[in-house]
Amino acid sequence: MSKVKLPQLATVIRSKNSGPYELTLDVIFKDQESYEAACKARVINKTTIAELYGIQEDDVIGIVEFSPANAIKATIVRPYPSGALGETDVYGAQQHAPLLDLEVELN
Amino acid sequence: MKEYRVLSPTAILGYGFPEESFKAGLDRKPHLIAVDAGSTDPGPYYLGAGVSFTDRAAVKRDLELMIEAGIERDIPVVIGTAGGCGAEAHLQWNLEIILELAKERKWNFPLGIIHAELSKNFVLEEFKANKISPLHPAPDLTEEEIIATERIVGQMGPEAVMAVLEKGAKVVLAGRAYDPSVFSASAIMAGFDKGLAIHMGKILECGAIAALPGSGSDCLLGTLREDCFIVEPLNPNRCCTTTSVAAHTLYEKTNPYILPGPGGVLDLRGTTFIQENEKAVRVAGSKFVPSESYTIKLEGAKRVGFRTVSIAGCRDPIMIGQIDTIVEAVRERVKDNFKRYGYEYFLHFNIYGKNGVMGNLEPLASGASHELGVVIDAVAETQEIANTICSFARSTMLHYGYPGRVATAGNLAFPYSPSDFKAGAVYNFNIYHLLYVDNPVTLFPSEIIQTGEEG
Repeated sequence: MSKVKLPQLATVIRSKNSGPYELTLDVIFKDQESYEAACKARVINKTTIAELYGIQEDDVIGIVEFSPANAIKATIVRPYPSGALGETDVYGAQQHAPLLDLEVELN
Repeated sequence: MKEYRVLSPTAILGYGFPEESFKAGLDRKPHLIAVDAGSTDPGPYYLGAGVSFTDRAAVKRDLELMIEAGIERDIPVVIGTAGGCGAEAHLQWNLEIILELAKERKWNFPLGIIHAELSKNFVLEEFKANKISPLHPAPDLTEEEIIATERIVGQMGPEAVMAVLEKGAKVVLAGRAYDPSVFSASAIMAGFDKGLAIHMGKILECGAIAALPGSGSDCLLGTLREDCFIVEPLNPNRCCTTTSVAAHTLYEKTNPYILPGPGGVLDLRGTTFIQENEKAVRVAGSKFVPSESYTIKLEGAKRVGFRTVSIAGCRDPIMIGQIDTIVEAVRERVKDNFKRYGYEYFLHFNIYGKNGVMGNLEPLASGASHELGVVIDAVAETQEIANTICSFARSTMLHYGYPGRVATAGNLAFPYSPSDFKAGAVYNFNIYHLLYVDNPVTLFPSEIIQTGEEG
């Protein structure tokens, strides 16, 4: 068993709006092996996302493993709709940072 | 082999593209040149205010090259979500640019125009008839919200674009359109598979973002066949890989396997991505599954006030250590000072260096910054009240006597004079719902005008 951080396994870690009310987090792994290891370790799941972002699990809309792109994505309810008063990131493009610290346990 | 080639010059009309890439695309003899001109991504302001988020001169430049190529080669040119949001004001803004170009270049062609703005009365009637449903997690709609909306648009499907192409338009300017509609309509008319055509449109609509290195300001070519499609960049410095193309399928979407759109869903559970050659990727197996009833996505924005902001910095460690209590004290002072007038306002201090980007989603305990950026944001029912609140919050914070203060000359560093900026009207998205329709075309009336003869 060894622990690595997500950026060591992924080439893309990003956040973006999925419409004005949802924020979607994409992790695209560098190869199939890394993707499968991350899926097997269930590194990105409702609980880890809720903990990383300090939100309720109910606000994690879904986790999808997308093998054609070696990608896992998580979608959460935006804390504010895009552009609402008090909002800080209209495009939702800078909400990915907590994922950079996520640790993956590899066999 | 039966083929339908579609040239997508750029991710958004006005984002530009290299002429070399565009020429390489034209050399491939495309059957269609299409471009998406809009997005909800820049936020609710542009829909609410009826203005474009792309620049007029940049849009004109892209259109001149595209329409010139279309006219010279007799290829239809289709533009979706005119003016960035596709409401009537945006459509007319974009139409004026095309007519100006036609006059300058002495172009004479049939121009199809498709309207996508819906009247509030119509939406209200449909709402009362239970034909509108929310899209989770958007809140439920009310009659009051519909009445308060500044503009409402519906996202047209390929059918509305097909209808105007069938009438003989050589250039089509469409209001708010589901992004793949403008790329797929003519291919569906030519008898190609709808699922493949729409999936190809979904990848083409962002230009070369689906390539490596990705770019929103470069061209992508899609070649649709009977049982697959192939996408490839036209700039020799880029290539499409199975991962770059598949990854684009999940961009900005909640579930990359099931992509809902007008009239049905794109089902990608059986889709395969195969490297065709070192630059091109072949995609097969995408299916369009019609839904029982045809739905159109509605978008609306309402005005919530007027904004004034002030930007400042703070370098004093004694102040930085107690910034939260200072902000609250300033907020209280503002409230107390104007209580006799009953002003309604929203006052927000966005503190960069302390959760300014992530707010409540920020997992790091903050407080380590040696300097802070302070944006004072006041929104009120009039610009005058927003100015008053922002100005008073700014002067109060500048001179606020917090415990332990030694820097008595002022608490804030202003980079600008004047320090306060009037940002004008502020809008919120308030409609993001589905409308059930009997006919996907009648909602989007179209007309054809002959350029050069419009008077």
